[in-house]
Amino acid sequence: MILFDKVSKRYGNGREALNNVSFNIHNGEMVFLTGRSGAGKSTVLKLIALLERPTRGAVLVNGRNTQTLKARHIAAFRRRIGVVFQDHKLLADRPVYDNVALPLAVAATPLKEIDKRVRAALDQVGLLGKERSLPLELSVGEQQRVGIARAVVSKPPLLIADEPTGNLDPDLSLEVMRLFRRFQDVGVTVVVATHDLHLVREFGERVITLENGQVHGDPVDPLPSVVASR
Amino acid sequence: MSLGVSAGRHLQALVGSLGRLARSPLASFMTVLVIALALALPAALKVFVTNAQAATGNFASAVDVSVFLKTDVPLAKAQQLARAAQQRADVAEVTLIPADKGLEDFKSYSGFGAALAALKENPLPHVLHVRPRAAASSAASLEALRGYFAAWPEVDLVQVDSEWVMRFNAILEVLRRLLLIAAALLGVGVLAVIGNTIRLEIQARRAEIEVIKLVGGSNAYVRRPFLYTGVLYGLCGALIAWGIIALIVTVLGDSVATLARLYGSRYVLTGLAPEEGGALVAAGVVLGWLGAWISAARHLARIEPRA
Repeated sequence: MILFDKVSKRYGNGREALNNVSFNIHNGEMVFLTGRSGAGKSTVLKLIALLERPTRGAVLVNGRNTQTLKARHIAAFRRRIGVVFQDHKLLADRPVYDNVALPLAVAATPLKEIDKRVRAALDQVGLLGKERSLPLELSVGEQQRVGIARAVVSKPPLLIADEPTGNLDPDLSLEVMRLFRRFQDVGVTVVVATHDLHLVREFGERVITLENGQVHGDPVDPLPSVVASR
Repeated sequence: MSLGVSAGRHLQALVGSLGRLARSPLASFMTVLVIALALALPAALKVFVTNAQAATGNFASAVDVSVFLKTDVPLAKAQQLARAAQQRADVAEVTLIPADKGLEDFKSYSGFGAALAALKENPLPHVLHVRPRAAASSAASLEALRGYFAAWPEVDLVQVDSEWVMRFNAILEVLRRLLLIAAALLGVGVLAVIGNTIRLEIQARRAEIEVIKLVGGSNAYVRRPFLYTGVLYGLCGALIAWGIIALIVTVLGDSVATLARLYGSRYVLTGLAPEEGGALVAAGVVLGWLGAWISAARHLARIEPRA
């Protein structure tokens, strides 16, 4: 599902965010990405969502090598990934319904199908009935759940979340994580970047720890290095 | 993508663009007005040239060749010459003005009535007023006609007022070229206005564009509403320009008709023909689309989502 093969990422300002990082995440896995801020968590997620490309090494997502993906295929590539942000990235001037419908609208989904799926997604995050609210009329926790509904509405096989609980109190954080767990239960691969170690321990899932741009601890999965030539 | 879904998406984008224009009516109106004025100027010039051409077409066919016969030519001979001239293919009408009638007219119109009455003899010759056919009103044809009459031994003088026709045609040609230049320059101006408006709108909606790209919106999807906005600007601008022309024609119509009447013409000012108006609207739409496309291509590519 996701394969990082000796990946290094150096930004334009010379900062090396990742240094020779390798790991493999399987289909249907739920993985926590932890580490201090600046350790490279966000960079890993950016490389997965193709917001950045690696300086060295290869990143394979959903079977596609992000290094060789043509610009015109990026949109279709991103449609197969649901992304949740710490700051939600909702459109403030559009109601909840429109925000959640966006990934379906850009993929030319018929309106009837959009309606069905948006309601299903809102139901999953417990926000049915808030369709017409504007994001700012909702609480922070609710806004985060709108963001999650938007990430899963097109049923992507991969869900990535960058500090999804960063602005939430412990109860809400737990609730959001349980939500991710439920998506994993139906076969979605989930990658969550978080520095909330308490939460991570509570869930007992696989943890990849980054430190100074390198994998510091990943007990489960050593990389089969043959894929490097792919 | 099925056709139905595709049409639905276009409709969605169109409605969205309309909605955004309506949300800031004053700013949208100002932009549309600038476009309308830029389109109206060459269109007005076009109307002017068309009318000037039509009007002088009338005048040109009304250009008379005056053939002054020698004073000793008898009236019967003059009538015979008139009949002969009438046979020519390039002559529409020949009017013989006998010397007596000429003198009478001169007395009543010139104000020298008393002085002329003192004359013992009529100093005026018989005159043939020859009106060429419309097809033969070019300078060359008139010159041929002049040569024909000048060769007659009975003819004293042939007067053709063709010089002003040539000058006028030359002026029209200059105006026509000016029209093309103005249309080209103002077309570029419309492109710039629309491109700039679209650029500002792209900047204002940067966050939204980032999110749309983030959830997998293709460049075509992101670009579509801006293209519709550009087309709407061009369309509205062209329609208003057409209205401005119609208004100008209406306002000027009366005074032009009066002016024409004073010159003995029943010329009526004409506005844009439907096909010319259609071309104006088409030009507006194409310029709007093109301006938006150029701007969107340049500025949308730079907006990439940041996490």
